[in-house]
Amino acid sequence: MDWEYAPAPESADIAAVKDRYLPYIDGAFVEGGGDDVKTINPAEGEPLASYSTVTTEDVDRAVAAARRAHDRVWSRMSGAERGKYLFRIARGIAERSRELAVLESLDNGKPIKESRDFDVPTAAQHFFYHAGWADKLQHLGLGPAPRALGVAGQVIPWNFPLLMAAWKIAPALAAGNTVVIKPAETTPLSILVLAEILADAELPPGVVNIVTGAGDIGSALVNHPGIDKVAFTGSTAVGRRIAAELAGTGRKLTLELGGKGANIVLEDAAQDQAVEGIVNGIFFNQGQVCCAGSRLLVQESIAEEFLDRLKARVETLRVGHPLDKNTDVGAINSVTQLNKITELTEAGEAEGAEIWRSPCPLPDRGYYVAPTIFTEATQSMRITREEIFGPVLTTVTFRTPDEAIAKANNTPYGLSAGIWTEKGSRAMGMAAALRAGVIWDNTFNRFDPAAAFGGYKESGFGREGGLAGMAAYLSSDDEPTTEAK
Amino acid sequence: MAHLAIPKTYKLFIGGKFPRSESGRTYTATDREGKFMANAALASRKDARDAVVAARKGLAAWAGATPYNRGQVIYRAAEMLQGRAREFTDLISTGRGVTARVAAAEVETAIDRLVHYAGWTDKLAAAFGSSNPVSGPYFSYSAPEPTGVVTVFAPTGSALLGLVSVVAPVLAGGNTAVLVASEADPCVAITFAEVLATSDLPGGAVNVLTGRAAELGPHLAAHADVDALDLTGVVDHPGDHELRVELERAAAQTLKRVYVPGSVPDFAEPPGTGRLRAFLELKTVWHPTGAVSLAGGSAY
Repeated sequence: MDWEYAPAPESADIAAVKDRYLPYIDGAFVEGGGDDVKTINPAEGEPLASYSTVTTEDVDRAVAAARRAHDRVWSRMSGAERGKYLFRIARGIAERSRELAVLESLDNGKPIKESRDFDVPTAAQHFFYHAGWADKLQHLGLGPAPRALGVAGQVIPWNFPLLMAAWKIAPALAAGNTVVIKPAETTPLSILVLAEILADAELPPGVVNIVTGAGDIGSALVNHPGIDKVAFTGSTAVGRRIAAELAGTGRKLTLELGGKGANIVLEDAAQDQAVEGIVNGIFFNQGQVCCAGSRLLVQESIAEEFLDRLKARVETLRVGHPLDKNTDVGAINSVTQLNKITELTEAGEAEGAEIWRSPCPLPDRGYYVAPTIFTEATQSMRITREEIFGPVLTTVTFRTPDEAIAKANNTPYGLSAGIWTEKGSRAMGMAAALRAGVIWDNTFNRFDPAAAFGGYKESGFGREGGLAGMAAYLSSDDEPTTEAK
Repeated sequence: MAHLAIPKTYKLFIGGKFPRSESGRTYTATDREGKFMANAALASRKDARDAVVAARKGLAAWAGATPYNRGQVIYRAAEMLQGRAREFTDLISTGRGVTARVAAAEVETAIDRLVHYAGWTDKLAAAFGSSNPVSGPYFSYSAPEPTGVVTVFAPTGSALLGLVSVVAPVLAGGNTAVLVASEADPCVAITFAEVLATSDLPGGAVNVLTGRAAELGPHLAAHADVDALDLTGVVDHPGDHELRVELERAAAQTLKRVYVPGSVPDFAEPPGTGRLRAFLELKTVWHPTGAVSLAGGSAY
C-alpha cells in the first residue's frame, strides 16, 4: 500500500537560531579563547550557526568558578532551596519546549516528533524529578548525611544533546555539587539555550558552567585536578581511556558507554507487537542510541515469517527532513558518523551477511541512511559484535531460549536487552539471565528519571536515574572522597 | 616421650581444593621476631589464572544460590571460625607479636563480621533496589545482582579481621573472589580457607593465593574474566601508589569496577555499605502492565 503524505514541516524560525553562540562560564556568556567552529545542520549538510570554543585556560576558569560557587553558595544552601532552583529550570524548559525541540532537530538531525515528544519533555522531567531529591538526601539509603562530592566534570554525547545535559546536571545539582559540562562538538546549541534558562532561573553564577570544544577540551576537563567527580557518556574506547587516565586519583567516576543490545523474539511472541518493538529499538533516533536493540535474535521456527513482517513494516518508515512532522527516521548527525555506518555496513556485506535495505526514497542532500537489516549474520561478524550506532539491524537466529541467552550475553557490552514472548514466567526468567543493565520485556527504549539506567561489563558503571543515580553524586561515610586521598 | 608436633603445609586454595603452586615455589613466613613460622606457597601467574577459572566456574553455583542459602553458608563460616578461635588466636599472636587477649578480640570481631554479612544476603534487593514509579503503563523495578568475579587484595595490617572484612561483603553480594592474601600473613589466610572449605561454600566461590601482590596483581587486573578489583591491600602502605596506578590502568582496559578505600579502614569499626555496593550491578526491568481493560481505572 502506498501512503501519500503532504509535507508537514515545522518552521525552523521557531528555533530562533542565532548566528553565533558563546560558552557559559561563571554566570555569563563569554568569549572562549579558542577558534570559532561551525555546527552543521545534518538535514541539509549546511552550516547552522557558529560558536566560540574554549581553551584549557578557560577550563581552568570554569573549574575555579564552579569551586567558588560550591564552597561559597551551593554547599551552604539548604536542600529545599537547591530544589527550588531545579524546579524553576524544569519549568523553564517546558516553557521554551517548542523552541528547544526545533533547535534540537536542526542541530542534531532527529525527527521533530522525537525531540518534541521525547527529548525535551523528558529533559524537563529529569529536572523536576531530581529537584525533589535535593532536600531528601537522608532517604537515599546512603546514611543520615550523604555529602556532595564537590565539582563534577561532565562530558556528554551528540545523540541526545539536551536530554543528556539534563541527565548529568540535574542529579549533580540536586546532590549539592556544582558542574562544568562539555557538550559534543557537533551539538552545542540546545545546552547553550539551556544556559539562558539557567540564567533566567537566577541560578547562582558558577553552579553550572558550559565549556565548548572538541575531545581535547573534554580530556582537559576530566583530567583537571580541581574536579572531584567525572561523569562521561560516550564511546567505550574513550571511556576506557578516561578510566586509565584517572588511575590513582581517587576521583569518583561513572561511565555510560556503548552497547550492542539483543532484542530477542521467541516463537510465542505477539509478532505485530514485536515488530513495532524491533523497529523502535533500532530506528529510534536513527539507531544512534547507546542502548539500541541492534541485534535481533529471532527463534528459527518463526524467523522467515517474522523477517517478512518486519521488512513490510520497515518499508513504511518515512526517511526525511527532521522538521517534517511525518518523518520517522531523520538525518545522521554528522559526516563522520555517516562514514562509520557506511564502513561497518560494507564490512557486513564483505563478510557475507545478507543485506536488505528499505526501498524508501531518501532526501537528495544531507546525511541519510535507509533503514537496513542484515537478515542473516553470524556471531563472529563485525556487524554482530561492534556498535554501529546507526539504523542498521543485524539478525541472528536461535533454536532454544538457552541458546538465545548465550548469544545475547556473548558480547563485552551489557547495556540493554529486549525480550518478546507471551509467557510471563519465561520473560522474567530470561530477564534474570541476561547480563545487561536495562531489560525491556515486551517493550523497548523506555526511559524515566525514576528508573535507574546504566551498563554491565564494558558498557560502563554507575547509574543515572532513581536512587542509584543520586548515589553517583554523593559520598557516604564509608566511601572514599577525593579529600581523603 | 614428648610428642613431635606435625606442622601444617600451607598450600593454595583454588576451586575448593588445596593445591601447591604449580611453580613449585615457596616462601618463608616469619613471626614478629623474624623467626621461621612456615613455608607458604608462592603463587604464580598460572595459579592466578587457575584461580580466575575456578572463580568463574563457582559463580553459577554461588550467584545462583538463594539469598537465604548464601546467608546460611556465611553464617556457617562464622560457626567454623568460632570452633577454631583458639587456633587463630595463636596464629595472630605469634605472627604479630600481640597478646593473646588482643588476638582473641580480633577473632571475636571477625566472627561477628561474618554474622553481620550473613544477615545481608536476603536484604540487598530491599535496601538497594527499588520499584520505580515510571510515567507509563509499566511495572519497572531495579534490583542488585552480583558483579561477578572480584579480585581482592587483602589488607596487611589486620590478618584475620581485615581478611574477613574484605571477603565477606564480596560473598554476601553473590560474587566469587580471587583473594590475594597479605604476603606477611599466609598462615592466617590459608587457615581461614580451611574454615571456608568446611562451610558448604561451593568450590571456587573463594580462592586464596599466597604470595606477592606486586607479582600477581598486574595479571589479575588485566585478566578479562575478572570483573572487579578491591585494592584495599594495595593502598594500605604509601609505597604502593605506583602499583595501585598500574593496577587501575590495567583494570581500565576491560572497564572493571575498582574499589579503593579513601584511607586505611579501621576494621574494628562497624562496616558501612560501601563495600557491598561496590560489587553489585543494578538491573532495571520494564514489564508492561497489560491491557487497559485489565488494569482498570475505576478502582479509585
